[in-house]
Amino acid sequence: MTMKRVYPREEYCMGCRLCEVACITVHSESKDTIKAYKKEFPREPSRIWFEEQKPDCFSFMCRHCDEPDCLEACISGAITKDPETGIVTIDEDICVGCWSCIMACPYGALKKKVRKDNKMVSSKCDLCIGRGINPACVQACPNRALVFK
Amino acid sequence: MITIIGNSVAAIGAIEAIRKVDKKIPITVISKEPYVAYGRPVISDFLKGKAKEEKVLSYRRKDFYDKHNIKLILNEEVVDIDTKKKKVITLSGNEYKYTKLLIATGGVPFIPPFKGRDLKNVYTFTTLDDAKKLLSLSKDIKKAVVIGGGLIGLKAAEGLHAQGVKVSIVELMDRILSLAFDKVSGSIVENRMSDMGIDIYTEASTEEILDDGNGSVRGIRLKGGREIEGDIVVIAIGVAPNASFAKKAGIEVNRGIIVNDHMETNIKDIYAAGDVAEAKQFLYEQKMLLPIWPDAYKQGRVAGYNMIGVQRVYEGGLAMNSIELFGVSTISAGAHTPQNPEGYEFLVDVDEKRYRYRKITLKDNKLVGFIFVGDIDRAGIFVGLIRDKVDVTPFKDKLLKKDFGFIDLPYDLRQEKFWKKFLEVKDASCIEEVCPKYTPDYVESDSEVIDGE
Repeated sequence: MTMKRVYPREEYCMGCRLCEVACITVHSESKDTIKAYKKEFPREPSRIWFEEQKPDCFSFMCRHCDEPDCLEACISGAITKDPETGIVTIDEDICVGCWSCIMACPYGALKKKVRKDNKMVSSKCDLCIGRGINPACVQACPNRALVFK
Repeated sequence: MITIIGNSVAAIGAIEAIRKVDKKIPITVISKEPYVAYGRPVISDFLKGKAKEEKVLSYRRKDFYDKHNIKLILNEEVVDIDTKKKKVITLSGNEYKYTKLLIATGGVPFIPPFKGRDLKNVYTFTTLDDAKKLLSLSKDIKKAVVIGGGLIGLKAAEGLHAQGVKVSIVELMDRILSLAFDKVSGSIVENRMSDMGIDIYTEASTEEILDDGNGSVRGIRLKGGREIEGDIVVIAIGVAPNASFAKKAGIEVNRGIIVNDHMETNIKDIYAAGDVAEAKQFLYEQKMLLPIWPDAYKQGRVAGYNMIGVQRVYEGGLAMNSIELFGVSTISAGAHTPQNPEGYEFLVDVDEKRYRYRKITLKDNKLVGFIFVGDIDRAGIFVGLIRDKVDVTPFKDKLLKKDFGFIDLPYDLRQEKFWKKFLEVKDASCIEEVCPKYTPDYVESDSEVIDGE
């Protein structure tokens, strides 16, 4: 069975970037948009890549591949794929910031992130694991340009 | 019964593949090291003081071997294979039977016959034990000489430097990292390291490791007579496949163990994967050694599947390295600097003062390699373009753009990347079905999507 993923429909994306706001908020410490943007430093990066060349635009994130190149390249063992859900996640405490995953991912899905303790780690979409409903970006999109299927 | 010699990334790749399909078949892993599988490249962070031993050893979680029902045998070195009776023999005389065997023994440091190589305080840097030795020594020494300016040598140098040791690097070629880099990127990183206080000697051939009179080292002498002082010497010239026992057993070995597309050797039921194997390449016709982490995993996986009868073909190795030294990130891949540049096209953007460099190598309008120094964001997209053999003609002028992304690819190509590869129904309508057009309350008439409908 194919796992559920977030698919962009670029014909519907108008570049409001609310998906990024939602992503930053749910991955912040406070889970509060204003606090996440104004009080938490360094700010949690959006795990979504928003790209735009007007009028074209879309948001794109990790595909949670069946055989993830990032996981294979990971030298520390920080990246794992849950055998049940298929979700690929990074354990930031194990990540050593070698950027092998950035090198290996053909979707360019991973981002460098600076943690509060100044440690540099890799960061990626976790499909809002544990939220129990749609990923936040999908829920936030006013145009349904992101589909969770 | 499956037996795996070696316990690093190729072995893990094989185990994870086998256990996806077959939870029962007995697997025995034999390792000459005393540890569970560890993130070998992470030993450089260990030496730097950035990663504790526990973190190096967390390449897989603590319950990995139990959960996957693996019999793990540590501190045992395999010295022979009896291919007729199908068993391996260890240094201590123990024998282990197999029905399928995977050789994943990696590489061993290559040490040229320098005079003085047997002196005290001459080290290598490829195992956690090596890193532990260097770390414990680093408090008591002032100077170190690293012979070899490749990845391992530079990482040893960076780690020792972080421990307060004055380091000199001696490199035979005209630049450091001659395999992963070209001249420009090599010199950028070289300048950065010099700025940080590391002495780098290029085109420098080591002639002798010097004796301090008490059987310990005091430095090295280069060809031409120049002497460089050091309380220790780290030899990091390279690694050679750990394949001599296999050769003795009749397995075909060139530089590494020759394997076919299924990672099987010339002897039935014996497979090889990782740094020890000489396998198919993605960009080149001939088989080659490719001692890099990601491909060791991929090879291990292919071997694992084939060993239990699931046909998988190795797509071919593609060289790639992500190397960060003194805060400068670099990623390089493929045939970025062909020996004969005829027929290749190079797109270059360089700012040496800011430690920034981008070089993209094309052949017949297809990407075959690249080097990024400084800004490495989304480098994997370029690896994908190499692997997919994409004709870049429509967006060639955008390849050097700082924020190059999928928006720069033709519409059809990015749609393929976005979802066509993943959804079973290869048709856009299936997305429409789950998500009918949405019209918010404040819109009076149905707004229309102009494109793509």
